Amino acid sequence: MKTYEEINEKIRKGRAVVLTAEEVVALGREKGVGHVAETVDVVTTGTFGPMCSSGAFLNFGHSDPPIKMQKVWINDVPVFAGLAAVDAYIGATELSEKVGFDYGGGHLIEDLIAGKTVTLRAVSYGTDCYPRREIETEISLESINQAFLFNPRNAYQNYNIAVNSSDRALNTYMGILLPNFGNATYSTSGELSPLLNDPLYRTTGIGTKIFLGGAQGFVAWEGTQHNPKQARGDNGEPLAPAGTLSLIGDMKSMSTRYIRGAYYYKYGISLFVGVGIPIPILDEEMARFVCTGNDEIFATAVDYSVESRAKPSFGRFSYAELRRGKITVNGKEIQTAPLSSLKRAREIAGVLKGWIEDGQFTLTAPVRPLAGDWSFKPLNIVPPKTEAVSS
Amino acid sequence: MAQQRVVLTFQRWQLDQPITYRLVKDFDLVTNILQAKVTPDEGRMSLELSGLEQNIEQGIKWLKDQQVIVYPLATGLSVEKDSCVDCGACTAVCPTGALELDKDWTLNYEEDRCILCLACVPACPVRAIQERE
Repeated sequence: MKTYEEINEKIRKGRAVVLTAEEVVALGREKGVGHVAETVDVVTTGTFGPMCSSGAFLNFGHSDPPIKMQKVWINDVPVFAGLAAVDAYIGATELSEKVGFDYGGGHLIEDLIAGKTVTLRAVSYGTDCYPRREIETEISLESINQAFLFNPRNAYQNYNIAVNSSDRALNTYMGILLPNFGNATYSTSGELSPLLNDPLYRTTGIGTKIFLGGAQGFVAWEGTQHNPKQARGDNGEPLAPAGTLSLIGDMKSMSTRYIRGAYYYKYGISLFVGVGIPIPILDEEMARFVCTGNDEIFATAVDYSVESRAKPSFGRFSYAELRRGKITVNGKEIQTAPLSSLKRAREIAGVLKGWIEDGQFTLTAPVRPLAGDWSFKPLNIVPPKTEAVSS
Repeated sequence: MAQQRVVLTFQRWQLDQPITYRLVKDFDLVTNILQAKVTPDEGRMSLELSGLEQNIEQGIKWLKDQQVIVYPLATGLSVEKDSCVDCGACTAVCPTGALELDKDWTLNYEEDRCILCLACVPACPVRAIQERE
């Protein structure tokens, strides 16, 4: 048994034993979970995948005379400004009004982090305290006040394997799915994935300090669609999409190596987000969780050609099978491909490991656990009985 | 044996011509159709020609005499390494394994296996893949 304080004391003294989530699986198989519990202090995880539910809050500062920005565009991408006068939120999936799919919120966030100059345009109705009605100016990350990513849903704990039983190719957020089970895509970094190393959310909770986009960030809340009640295996790992995290971090310290705009053909724009979460090995149970390998974590193959909420599934496959490149679905051997970068996920786990070994990153116990008894509700269509508010 | 890859563009009035047949029969060429597309206005075919060098030359001259537009086919793809994040989305649609993730999960492009179907170009979320002449 170790406490956060004991582990942090070791980190400060440069004596903490830190392994990545891949290294610890190998050690566990060689020397056993008990040995891992005794000798390892922290395990670092990583993921680098497209996460649509991402975005950034900005504060532009006040012009002279000032404006209460009502509608705002940056590089022709509409950003949400239904906030105080010069606050706005860039949604990653928002499309440019000029070039559509060629540029959107995800690209804008990447450009800002890259230090590029962007064009801010806003209109307003004018008030006594904010007389200006229009503004057009160049801004950059450096010229504005706050700029922080606030992603409502990242780090999905497990996700579907996407297949297509129909006779036409499908353009989806899971990539291009070839007809007649022509391929299968998956998007989780398996044994490296943050929440698959803490399946029951024991050490990851509100306030947990993490790696986000190359900087230090924090878990702000459970993510949207957080579904801890998902079906699980005996090892605690969910068999389909389960927990999610809402993450926050300072864009001014981030790097485009770990935050990148993405466009999925005929689907839309998203954002690659690099996330790494440290897992303290407090006891043997945590050691067992981090020692769970790709062959013990399963995802469910789902048919994306069925245009309904409940899509038929075609069985479960381990991440070891998925990474070997072939699975058999419906009697047919099909090629698998990841959509999240395993190479960069591994790099992130390595960077976070370095930060901890250098003593510059200590661990934070959750201020409050994630909500545990939440289930994922559908949206049922109920015809409104009353008129919306009208003048 | 020589080999050359070309893109042929036909006009509307040439669409019913058995062009590959003539290349095989009259010029003793092995023709491998890499890609073909016919729209109401024109036809476009990517073709690999194998045979004696002089026969390929004469075959192409004959094509040009028939007013078929002949261009050398792009020789491969360029994968912009700075943009590529090694995600693997392109490997999902590559029919020949020319684009593959290696043991370190780094994207590898093997030109010899590429048939230039270009399925990977739209599949890349960071637009790192382009045709190269």
